[in-house]
Amino acid sequence: MHHFLGLDYNVWWFLVFGAVISGYAILDGFDLGAGSLHLFLKKESSRRIAMNAIGPIWDGNEVWLVIGGGALFAGFPVAYAAIFSAFYVPFMIFLVGLIFRAVSIEFRSKEPWLWWRKAWDIVYCVASIVISLSLGLMLGNVVEGLPLNGNKEFSGDLLSFFNPFAVMVAITTLALFMMHGAIFLTMKTENRLFVKLHVLANNFIVFFVVSFTITTVYTLLYIPHLGDFFRSRPQYFAIPLLMILAIANIPRQVKVGKYRFAFISSTITISLLLIMVALEVFPYLLYSPQHPENSITIYNAASSIRTMKILLVMALVGTPLVGIYTSFVFWTFKGKVKLDEMSY
Amino acid sequence: MDVEILARVQFAFTIGFHYIYPPLSIGLGLMLVILEGLYLRTGQRIYEMAVRFWIRIFALIFGIGVATGIIMEFEFGTNWATYSKYVGDIFGSALAAEGIFAFALESGFLGILIFGWNRVGPRIHFFSTIMVFLGSMFSAVWIVVANSWQQTPAGYHIVGEGLNARAEITDFWAMVFNPSSVDRILHVWTGAILAGAFLVLSVNAWYLLHRKHVEIARPTFKISLLVVTVFSLLQLFIGDRSAEVVAHYQPAKLAAMEGHFDSSAIADMYILGYVDKKAEKTNGLKIPGGLSFLTYGSFKTPVTGLRAFKPEDRPSQVNSVFQFYHLMVASGVAMIFLSLLGCWLWWRKKLFNYRWLLWVYALSVLLPQIANQAGWFTAEMGRQPWVVYGMLRTSDALSRAVTANQIVFSLILFTIVYIVLFTLFLFLLNRKIQHGPVDYGTKEEIESGQRRDNPLLEHHGVQG
Repeated sequence: MHHFLGLDYNVWWFLVFGAVISGYAILDGFDLGAGSLHLFLKKESSRRIAMNAIGPIWDGNEVWLVIGGGALFAGFPVAYAAIFSAFYVPFMIFLVGLIFRAVSIEFRSKEPWLWWRKAWDIVYCVASIVISLSLGLMLGNVVEGLPLNGNKEFSGDLLSFFNPFAVMVAITTLALFMMHGAIFLTMKTENRLFVKLHVLANNFIVFFVVSFTITTVYTLLYIPHLGDFFRSRPQYFAIPLLMILAIANIPRQVKVGKYRFAFISSTITISLLLIMVALEVFPYLLYSPQHPENSITIYNAASSIRTMKILLVMALVGTPLVGIYTSFVFWTFKGKVKLDEMSY
Repeated sequence: MDVEILARVQFAFTIGFHYIYPPLSIGLGLMLVILEGLYLRTGQRIYEMAVRFWIRIFALIFGIGVATGIIMEFEFGTNWATYSKYVGDIFGSALAAEGIFAFALESGFLGILIFGWNRVGPRIHFFSTIMVFLGSMFSAVWIVVANSWQQTPAGYHIVGEGLNARAEITDFWAMVFNPSSVDRILHVWTGAILAGAFLVLSVNAWYLLHRKHVEIARPTFKISLLVVTVFSLLQLFIGDRSAEVVAHYQPAKLAAMEGHFDSSAIADMYILGYVDKKAEKTNGLKIPGGLSFLTYGSFKTPVTGLRAFKPEDRPSQVNSVFQFYHLMVASGVAMIFLSLLGCWLWWRKKLFNYRWLLWVYALSVLLPQIANQAGWFTAEMGRQPWVVYGMLRTSDALSRAVTANQIVFSLILFTIVYIVLFTLFLFLLNRKIQHGPVDYGTKEEIESGQRRDNPLLEHHGVQG
């Protein structure tokens, strides 16, 4: 077999793909969250500052989605084909959400008229919420599994996407992003807006903890097989435990005003959540509950060994480069938002 | 309606709309590098005003380009699932490379380009501008590599049979440098640079017509005139090379481009014409033997015609391929003519003397757009009925889990969204152009408070 540091290439690429998706959830998560809470800010100047807080970086954050799409397409083309043709309608709605969000950020500042800005504020907020919810909905369905036929093609219907578990995951995702985004904005704002965001951050922490708890209890009661991995390997309980500690640490840091630590904690929460999902589904990329033999795994969905090797080289060369200039851009725009004539 | 037609219409519509923007970004990127370089070198205020004005236009164009581009990356999976499985090994690698090596570069530095003018030093800002430009050029490389592989596949072998058949890489660099990629990358780059440079040219022509910002418009017009002259002439040779590659590797496409049916006959080159597919005959104004000459360097050598291919292996819309190809060539010729005319008048010191000519330049922004769109329609419709030339038919490449209704739904959705977007884009572009470049004042002036009347701050309504 083809191994690299003790793991085969398929596992490596699964890890790379997971890391990219986590990177996307962490980075775009805070700007999607900032967008989702946008209408809670009432004053035009507050909204303008909040938008400029993510202004120079949201586009770089969305790159992770593009890299993730490419990573799945290149490494696991069968899964790429099955997942996106299955989620045809929700994904199209997600994409339209992305379009509207991108242009609302760009268009809003271009005219001084109040109605114009208010209209784009609504578009921006609704699009951010739709994107977060549809991401969560698709994640929930992937975790549960989808009906697949012998050609590894989706054979279910559209309405089945809206099952209770997936809807709960969708709401939890929105809550998580809103909390993450509110904490990010507290780091970027001052004065009364800052105070307002501090309060909002606390509210979204409650929103997240409640929806997360309900989803967890529902899962344990009605979809117990999703806990199989952790039930059979008690040593891995450290992961959910760490995650609960990370969640608990968020309100604690917010209370004492250490927003950077709170942000790090919510970042760790997102990573650990996705690590748990990854461990639970591994080695499946898309599980077919009715016909397990039709499931898509990291082995039967994979590209050739040669392509895997090429991709790993690309990741090894590309990731440090992306890391360097992403850090440079974040460092350039660090600190509180300062508006100037080039701002949105 | 038929799923195949709907999926093709959807792809053509979404990619055609997307393709308005990235070429503009590439071309404007080059113009930004030139203008900012001139500013750094000369320190003249007019170049600063020009570059900061064009950065704002660039941001608008780039934003729509990104938003419509993300759709494309996922449309292969949603509408062309069988294709995705078949070519993922190869096509996916090129898309992944585009994401990590190109798109990340341009999006990363874009923040500094747009928002960093007062945050970083001039040299770092200039560096960021260059990085954004290079990122957009690299982006084009990987996308054109992926598409060229569909036209002239190389460096692969087929594994499996029937529904499980797929292409796997045997040689990565042979795949990247497949027979058509280098020529097509140059062709696309040049077309893109023309799109951006003609936009600058036309906006400045408009300013000159309305006697606005004349002190900026004159030098910027001349700079963009030089750029369009160099690149429209270059395109003549690069385009010819691209056609030679088509002649060699995709004879059916070449035959369709000139409506040539009979393999034993010398091939003509049409200036204007119409292909009668039923009668297998092309009528119009032609240069006898022109295509033979371009392909083989002799007016007497026969060229493979469409009858050499089975009907099911011929491009289905021969007349469309013919018309798009000729539209592209005509636009290219018009661009060369306008560039050379401008240079000659400049040399005679009469460049800005004719108002009607400035109007022609103001409208010339449409030429590269028409050429770019028509060129892609030629390339893609000429490749039919194949999605991967000679290997996979378009009709076999669809998503079988997706129904016609779903595609109709998303097609209607995208049509509405894109109409709204395009209207807003034109509206905002027009407003920005009407508003024009702004003198922000020097750093000292701003800091000492002499510039409290800063028109842009007021325009953007900064409040407490």
